[in-house]
Amino acid sequence: MEHADELLELLCENARYSTADLARFTGLSEATIEETIAELEAEGIIQGYTAVVDWDAVSDDRVQAHVELNVTLDRETSYRDVAERVAGFREVQGLRLVSGDYDFALEVEGENMREVSRFISDKVAPIPEITQTVTHYIMETYKQGGHRFDDGDDDDRLSVTP
Amino acid sequence: MTLEPSERVADVPPSGIRRFFELAEEMDDVISLGVGEPDFSAPWSAREAAITALERGQTSYTANRGKRKLREAIAADARRWNLEYDPDDEVLVTAGASEAIDLAFRALVDPGDTVAVAQPCYVSYTPGVTFSGGEVLDVPTRVEDEFILTPEALRAAGAESADLLVYCYPNNPTGATMDRSELAEVAAFCREHDVDVLSDEIYADLTYEGEHVSIAELDGMRERTIVFNGFSKAYAMTGLRLGYAMAPEEVIAAMNRVHQYTMLSAPTTAQHAGIEALRNCREDVEEMRSQYDRRRNFVLSRFEEMGIDCFEATGAFYVFPECPGDDAERFAEDLLEAESVAMVPGSAFGAGAEGHLRASYATGLEELREAMDRLERFVSST
Repeated sequence: MEHADELLELLCENARYSTADLARFTGLSEATIEETIAELEAEGIIQGYTAVVDWDAVSDDRVQAHVELNVTLDRETSYRDVAERVAGFREVQGLRLVSGDYDFALEVEGENMREVSRFISDKVAPIPEITQTVTHYIMETYKQGGHRFDDGDDDDRLSVTP
Repeated sequence: MTLEPSERVADVPPSGIRRFFELAEEMDDVISLGVGEPDFSAPWSAREAAITALERGQTSYTANRGKRKLREAIAADARRWNLEYDPDDEVLVTAGASEAIDLAFRALVDPGDTVAVAQPCYVSYTPGVTFSGGEVLDVPTRVEDEFILTPEALRAAGAESADLLVYCYPNNPTGATMDRSELAEVAAFCREHDVDVLSDEIYADLTYEGEHVSIAELDGMRERTIVFNGFSKAYAMTGLRLGYAMAPEEVIAAMNRVHQYTMLSAPTTAQHAGIEALRNCREDVEEMRSQYDRRRNFVLSRFEEMGIDCFEATGAFYVFPECPGDDAERFAEDLLEAESVAMVPGSAFGAGAEGHLRASYATGLEELREAMDRLERFVSST
């Protein structure tokens, strides 16, 4: 899979590029493109494809929060065990173990703030290993997945120049 | 008439691009492949350096030759192309490479001198020579040679008697590049016939196959060559107006004499951006280069699929296809009218360009794709 890096870069930029266009960009054959992507999927390197959505532009109802979680571990319980319990909830969009002042960084999504608060207090906080939660509601997104939101992207160049 | 323009100026026609620009400007929803500048913005850290300089109140003139730190960074950067210039005496920072080229004409050309201009080329060389009172000798390059400059083309034009030769590789408008052996033949011609060289290398960093080579690196050429480069293309800094020339001390001194009485110094804010660009923005340049390369592959593939003949341009951000119609100017106008896609007829870029179109791929992939779809529709309907 010698072209994997280039293809991954292109797919991260736009997962909807057609096989034909990917072939044109890279100079590879369509068959090679298909093969490589199939391998990347089979090996779990590509975990899925998703859209980068500015939900604020769709409705005001959806709420996202970034939640800090602190945990205590014991001989029987590892980070992974805690992660398994937390990640299972439908509300949880992202979960990462991080260095620094807290252990897990959690991304949660819900219909409104009450729903998200209730989810944290009723489902997450009671997990025995979790000692502390701090919830930060997302107020505005400026950039996500490499895409700038509200980027006017006005091309103010003259239309024809030497 | 009062305030009558000089004959020298009156004799120079307006740029051939001008009329086409006016047509395109009148229309909405134009996808332009006619733009000769990057669609990217300058790297953020370069812009940030400019902002910081302004915040600190650094708004005075600089030394005529440009800030020393910038000249040092330019000289250090030139070593990538095996060029050694002394930042004190052999580097001149200018308001864009265009100013540097104009300075060279004014510093070197006497009335009646002959300047051979390899064409097709950027639109300002011929007027620049004329403004300096020189005689232009057109040296058309050929599509059969993929628009590189050859000794045969030079001889066919009678360039043996020229005092100066000016060319640009990687080339605007063709996207052609020249490798070491091809340049060596031109160098041999210039040494044999005592022709000095103005080498416009503004697109040097946008080379997609192999490495850029400067003719100044070749045997016996340093002393007869002025190298021009700048920040407009590779660093996407066109509007900041920053370029430079590198040449032996005496030439730089002569150019600086004109520069000090006209421009004084290149824009100070831009010079701060330039220092940062050279020191810390290689990765940004590389990223832009790889984006251009991708687009180049895309456009060339689509042309091939449409049956449009186009040699494989390997530099700058232009491809130079043969016009599918008989008359390139007519074709470009009809395409603009019917599909709102702007491509510039080759004839705007001088001799040897007839029957071709310049397509710039300094445009986002989405727009390029739409432009190619429209072009395909237009070509198949005519």
